[in-house]
Amino acid sequence: MIRVEDLVKRYKKAETNAVDGISFQVKAGEFFVLLGPNGAGKTTMISILTTTLSPTSGGATIDGSDIVREASAVRRKVGIIFQRPSLDQNLTAEENVRFHAVLYGIFPYAPTYGLMARGYRAKVEELAKLLGIARDIHKPVKTFSGGMRRKLEIMRSLLHDPKVLFLDEPTAGLDVPTRRTLWEHLTEVRRTSGTTVFLTTHYLEEAEEADRICIIDKGKVVSFGTPDDIKRDLVEEYVLVDATDRSALRDELARLGHATSGGAPFKVQLNGHTVHSILRSIETPLSVVKTHTPSLEDAYLEIVSRTGE
Amino acid sequence: MSEASAILALAHRDFIKLLRDRQRMVADFAFPLIFIGILGTSLQAGFGGNSNINLLDYVFTGVLAQTVWQSSALGLISLLADREQDFSQEIFVSPISRYSIILGKILGESLVALPQALGIIVFGFILQIHIGPDQLARMALALIVIALFGGAFGVIVLANLSSQRAANQIFPFVLLPQFFLAGIFNPIQNLPLPLDILSHIAPMRYAVDLLRDAYYGSTSRIVLSDATTNLAIIGGLFVAFMVVGTFLFVRAERNR
Repeated sequence: MIRVEDLVKRYKKAETNAVDGISFQVKAGEFFVLLGPNGAGKTTMISILTTTLSPTSGGATIDGSDIVREASAVRRKVGIIFQRPSLDQNLTAEENVRFHAVLYGIFPYAPTYGLMARGYRAKVEELAKLLGIARDIHKPVKTFSGGMRRKLEIMRSLLHDPKVLFLDEPTAGLDVPTRRTLWEHLTEVRRTSGTTVFLTTHYLEEAEEADRICIIDKGKVVSFGTPDDIKRDLVEEYVLVDATDRSALRDELARLGHATSGGAPFKVQLNGHTVHSILRSIETPLSVVKTHTPSLEDAYLEIVSRTGE
Repeated sequence: MSEASAILALAHRDFIKLLRDRQRMVADFAFPLIFIGILGTSLQAGFGGNSNINLLDYVFTGVLAQTVWQSSALGLISLLADREQDFSQEIFVSPISRYSIILGKILGESLVALPQALGIIVFGFILQIHIGPDQLARMALALIVIALFGGAFGVIVLANLSSQRAANQIFPFVLLPQFFLAGIFNPIQNLPLPLDILSHIAPMRYAVDLLRDAYYGSTSRIVLSDATTNLAIIGGLFVAFMVVGTFLFVRAERNR
């Protein structure tokens, strides 16, 4: 669905590349997450893929359409939730939706809601009910809460049935309950529409559910794969053990060929073994057993600290 | 069809914004009324007797054209404000042509500028400026042309600016000299050669002259060129400003 090849972007007057030779592919229907710290190049990537910014070199296609040569076709195929809300505060929620519907050629323009096509009014009513804003749909957007505005943007971006929905840090600046509600809403949208979702975020919990993650830093890909792949490849899995008779335990671990590092408690690398099989092989009575299961956050911190060196 | 619909939607948005912004409406009306009411009346009282023309009528027609042209030109700057508030992203990621976006914007800002003209004309009646029905009809058509022309001028200026702040700093330098070069308050029939050349370059000159032609008639010595010449120049400049301005604006947007 998305194919990115050796994409480079250097902003005018910049000394380094904001995006520096990035390549990856996203399959249709996939939930793809572009993860990285602030300034990693995430928004630049989304701006290029959604045709609002020209790449310096390299290229990309969305559903077979080239982002430079067939920009208009690409725009028809994508929906976007920007990092900063892009609703017109002077308009009502419905007017914002109407504006979008007309710009995308879904319905012809009419100056009032009542004069808009019946199909449009039915769609707006249905979506407003779904979002729980049926009573507020004709109120100015500036009276809406941050979470409500985000939901409205999602509703608006799906109006033209995009093949790919780009979400650029959609939950940034929202409080935890709002973030959770919004996320539930997005999951539901993804489940029912089957849209390919391309998310940029620096909230790791949002990436845990991804089909695949691409971690970028300083404009380069530093890791790519499923959340499990990334955790497995980048973070060591181990079990911490200790015993009253430490020297006996040390000798036994050495005899068994288990790789350990540091002093007591001993860190035994799993290296493909299970915790259970390692513990069964040890005969010295153990006083401490601690397993370490890496989280995506561990992997992420590991990656970012490595590239920062 | 969808491009035409999108252009109308863009124009409608600007008009709605005007209706909901009372402060802007008051400010938009107050400035020209001060010019006509105070400057026009005082010029006529002070110098009107010595000149062969009614200076109140002269300033009224000049300010009317200038207000509509300038309002439309300045309105285009809201594209920069939209960009800073990130609303323009919603417009620019849509599949419609970039020319439709700019055309919709010009149409919208013309719809914003024309009600101001109505207010000024009503004020003119209060000041007992004589406007006959045929004059009014000709002026209405001229004002529509002027509003669209002002919008196109806004595009070419906008294309070379990076932010709202830059626009606020640059626009007075682009507009103020044209007040005098276009002859809004002062006759420009006998300018020294350097100023005469600058006057011919100033786009506002043709907007003001077109309206004066509609008001005074083409045989009047106040009118500089006949309507056909003015319309031809305005048409040429409109197309050039639109095409070059849109191209430069879109290029600047994408090649950051």
